[in-house]
Amino acid sequence: MVKTWQIASRELGAFFNTWMGYVIAAAVLIVDGLLFNSFAVSSEPKLSAEVLADFFYFASGMSMVAGIFLAMRLIAEEKQNGTIVLLYSSPVSERQIIYGKFLSAFIFSLVLHGISLYMPALVMVHGKISFGHVAAGYACLALLGASTIAMTLFASTLAPNQLVAAVGGAFLVVVFLTLWMLAKVVDQPFKDIFGWLAIHNDHFTPFSNGIVNLKDLVFYAGLIVFFLECATRSLVSRRCQG
Amino acid sequence: MALIEVDGLSKFYGSHAAVRDVSFKINEGEIIGLLGLNGAGKSTILKILGSFLLPSAGKALMAGFSVEDDSDQVRELIGYLPDRPPLYDEMRVVSYLRYVAKLKNVAQSTIDQRVTEVLKKTNLNDVAWQTLGELSHGYRQRVGIAQALIHNPRVIILDEPINGLDPIQIVEMRDLILSLRGKHTVILSSHILSEITRTCDRILIIDKGRLVAEGQEAELGKVYAKSMKVLAEVRGAVPREKLNGLKGVQRFIEVVGTAQDTRILKFECDGDLRAQISALLVKEGVELLEIGREGDGLEAVFMNLVKASKTNH
Repeated sequence: MVKTWQIASRELGAFFNTWMGYVIAAAVLIVDGLLFNSFAVSSEPKLSAEVLADFFYFASGMSMVAGIFLAMRLIAEEKQNGTIVLLYSSPVSERQIIYGKFLSAFIFSLVLHGISLYMPALVMVHGKISFGHVAAGYACLALLGASTIAMTLFASTLAPNQLVAAVGGAFLVVVFLTLWMLAKVVDQPFKDIFGWLAIHNDHFTPFSNGIVNLKDLVFYAGLIVFFLECATRSLVSRRCQG
Repeated sequence: MALIEVDGLSKFYGSHAAVRDVSFKINEGEIIGLLGLNGAGKSTILKILGSFLLPSAGKALMAGFSVEDDSDQVRELIGYLPDRPPLYDEMRVVSYLRYVAKLKNVAQSTIDQRVTEVLKKTNLNDVAWQTLGELSHGYRQRVGIAQALIHNPRVIILDEPINGLDPIQIVEMRDLILSLRGKHTVILSSHILSEITRTCDRILIIDKGRLVAEGQEAELGKVYAKSMKVLAEVRGAVPREKLNGLKGVQRFIEVVGTAQDTRILKFECDGDLRAQISALLVKEGVELLEIGREGDGLEAVFMNLVKASKTNH
């Protein structure tokens, strides 16, 4: 755990000490703000809970995009710059490297979500919101972001550079995002399987309405751990194959 | 017992053999040079010794620990500088070394002391608070050595440590490597012959993934050098017949020297005949201005071995 945190804290430092972190933060917050103002609030009268649900819906897209951009560099950049050798030649396990990298991007994404809290706070100016609803929505944004970070981190272990990692990560995210469409056109049992595996639809909607189901939490946690373990195996196999 | 034992080591990438059946031993405190052309397999051997690349066959033990099965223990024993120093450009030198120290299990209470020591040893105090991205190539290489030394490892592995350095930086790097003698076991790779001969106690010559020769420079010269070129600058009449008849001289050429009355004599000999040639010239009353061997002795050995290797395969 100590090594994992050491790797995570260095990586967090890299997010805050380079333009990369600030550019991603600025882009995500600007687009989030525009979507909130244009679509979530809109000129039509709405209940505060509906405004909040719409905000979470649009923010979920940006959470996934941010996850891809935050995670694409995690391993691919180390390979490009040759710094991965430092980790490989230190008494650090592949799992510690992957979990440390994941933790850094996840914490940075939480900071981004934290900064966006002003938007739900604005809803309070003219309406009433439930703090439980806000907490559930943000929990899902965090889980969705963490899932895309884990997927792109896996792609980053396979890719020779950041661009390929981003494309690979985006591909995985799109596949898991659109599985619900596939679920509509296939027969059982694939209908249920694809529907259950879809990252957004069935698992996200309850959260955005302020409802937290244990099965959804388990789904996201399982998906995150699955891709982190895939990333770990990918690094281990690099040691075998070179 | 040797500190490092390598036995029948091979590494294949698909059907391509990067390393083939390499065996050698390295004793504690030695400075060992891996000499070979680019792509000979030196870096692959070093990566396997660094325990972050698994061999396809054979075994390598470091202080009794297997690089395959006891990776954590091996990684604690080594400091590794790859051909490109593994530096995070946004970090300051001191922060970077502290980070590496933590990764390498240096006790928290001694980290600052170790950082101070390696900064002094690698002469980095002037740039200690600069960000790594601002440093020149020479300084970056030194930081690379500093990170390899930070946990005071028993074995230091340096992959092409003088690559891209200017002549002054090369001298500084050489002095730094020599200062490690006795305190650490150093394995360095290079394709620059002169550096290997100046810094290493023993040389392993690698060609196409095979270990083609090993030993001290003088031993290699005796065993593998087919001929040695000797140059002598003389003034006065040259006893051509006697020089041609000297035992061991294969060929003798005489050319006009730079000064009007001097001659340059070139000999191709079976071995080191400098003493015999000097004695003969002096005996014959020739004024001997200078005598020496042409080029690097190891160069001849290396070229002969590489040529022989090409012929055999």
